[in-house]
Amino acid sequence: MMDNISTFIKKEFLHVFRDRKTLLMLFGLPIVQIILFGFALTNEITNAKIVVCDYAKDDASQQIIGKLQASQQFDIQRILLNHKQIETAFKDGEIKMAVVFPANFNSDLLHQHKAQVQLITDASDPNTATAISGYANQIVMDYQNELMQLQRVPYQINTEVRMLYNPELKAAVNFVPGVMSLILLLVCVLMTSVAIVKEKETGTMEVLLVSPFSPFLIIVSKAMPYLALSLINLTIILLLSVLVLGMPINGSILLLYAVSTLFIITALSLGLLISNRTASQQSAMLISLMGMLVPSILFTGFMFPLENMPYPLQLVSHIIPAKWYYIIVKSVMVKGLGFSAIWKETLVLLTMTMLLLVVNIKTFKIRLT
Amino acid sequence: MDTVIHTDKLTKRFGDFIAANEITFDVYRGEIFGFLGANGAGKTTAMRMLCGLSKPSSGTATIAGFDIYKQTEEIKKNIGYMSQKFSLYEDLTILENIRFFGGIYGLSDKQLKEKSEQLIGTLGMECEAKKMVGALPLGWKQKLSFSVAILHEPKIVFLDEPTGGVDPVTRRQFWDLIYEAADSGITVFVTTHYMDEAEYCNRISMMVDGEIKALDTPAKLKQEYAVTSMDEVFYRLARGAKRSE
Repeated sequence: MMDNISTFIKKEFLHVFRDRKTLLMLFGLPIVQIILFGFALTNEITNAKIVVCDYAKDDASQQIIGKLQASQQFDIQRILLNHKQIETAFKDGEIKMAVVFPANFNSDLLHQHKAQVQLITDASDPNTATAISGYANQIVMDYQNELMQLQRVPYQINTEVRMLYNPELKAAVNFVPGVMSLILLLVCVLMTSVAIVKEKETGTMEVLLVSPFSPFLIIVSKAMPYLALSLINLTIILLLSVLVLGMPINGSILLLYAVSTLFIITALSLGLLISNRTASQQSAMLISLMGMLVPSILFTGFMFPLENMPYPLQLVSHIIPAKWYYIIVKSVMVKGLGFSAIWKETLVLLTMTMLLLVVNIKTFKIRLT
Repeated sequence: MDTVIHTDKLTKRFGDFIAANEITFDVYRGEIFGFLGANGAGKTTAMRMLCGLSKPSSGTATIAGFDIYKQTEEIKKNIGYMSQKFSLYEDLTILENIRFFGGIYGLSDKQLKEKSEQLIGTLGMECEAKKMVGALPLGWKQKLSFSVAILHEPKIVFLDEPTGGVDPVTRRQFWDLIYEAADSGITVFVTTHYMDEAEYCNRISMMVDGEIKALDTPAKLKQEYAVTSMDEVFYRLARGAKRSE
């Protein structure tokens, strides 16, 4: 029997690889989307214009300012005298970040071994804001480490980051999980339903059902390539978002893959459900696109904030699996949370998947008799 | 004579509609059994029940000695099936199709290798073995499809209008393949619309409105209805049909 299954799965992969255009689209799509968004949102950060507001004017602040100036990433425009000038500078769009040293910066550091620096960034361009504050933070940390090595005292400089205009950094952090949900849905629902309906349409499904090969395994084998493709696609998206967008994966990668696999299975069961109910590739495609993809784009929350929707529509969003996956991915990837933070959403997805599978098994039997 | 298909009052209802009504017949080993009837007469329904694609509403049947209710898995191993639609994968090569269908019937790698070489040799498709099936002419596809259906040496092969849309020469060649299969002991159960093909069968049954109205050798049927061709036999029987597509 194992031989049979591998024969079957091999055949499914052949179908996928022979259909070059679709394959190209499948891998091209996430790459193009991620890169388009990436370059629309990030510029390489060199010589970012910043201002410094130094209330301390002491050794420590001067040394950090020197380091900032010396680095390739920053170009200090002006040293400001007070806070109010910062906002005008931002509003004029001339700077990307302001660094604020409080008065007594050095003495705090020396006596209490603790001091604060404030980094204010323009988060309307969230990627740049994150990257810039990251660089600045690095420089402050370097200085802290140097101090510690020289004096063997546990100095601590806290950086307080303020994201102006867009404190939640909506865009990149929303975009990557959004693309992930959509691509996985597209591959699993659309491709799977079309692949199965195609066999019905061409009459090969009948021949398969007459053969001793179990119908359940037919479906499993047909789903395998799409499971594999989805995992590859997921990896591509993650690599791109880390390498190109500079968006780190803060949580556990293993957890991310585990919940993604669950979501892939949800999507595969949806695709299977559609293929059970339709007889032609066109209708399978139409239902997948109009019935699945469009509501998912609308109700997942990454393009149109759900909070702003009328209450009935918010209720509708609860039945969209992508919404739950999106929340999970954001929690794990962006906020770096563990399973304890996402078990509710995972449970919702799991329940949906179970329900879909039960319905599928029932309807599939009916189709056979 | 060995009976390989035996049905007793096999019936299929869809709601009030009786698609196949108390069909009773026997098919013997090595026989070419023609299953005739106008469109909508219930041929496909009857055949789908025998292949395990559709569950009978009542009646009994055994295929290759196995009960169609309880031993469907055994039946599946012992039958081959060629559907009305062309049913090989057009985006796979001839060789890949053979390997795939042989594989799901559990043939070993060694058997598959021998069988595919032999089959490609018999069909004279050595040069095309690595071409996509989609690029082949229809006649070739049909012949290939039949050969694949009997690759696992089933006891019975079911052919659902296998020669639809094929030219007369290719049809003749196709029937040569059927004769070869029958000679090797495979029972052939074939539905057709072509009355010249009915003449090639050992025995034929004629379905009208879900019931079998006649069952005998072509010669005896012609004698019985005092006509000279199967066309006329068919016409006389089907004329009374109430339903048609």
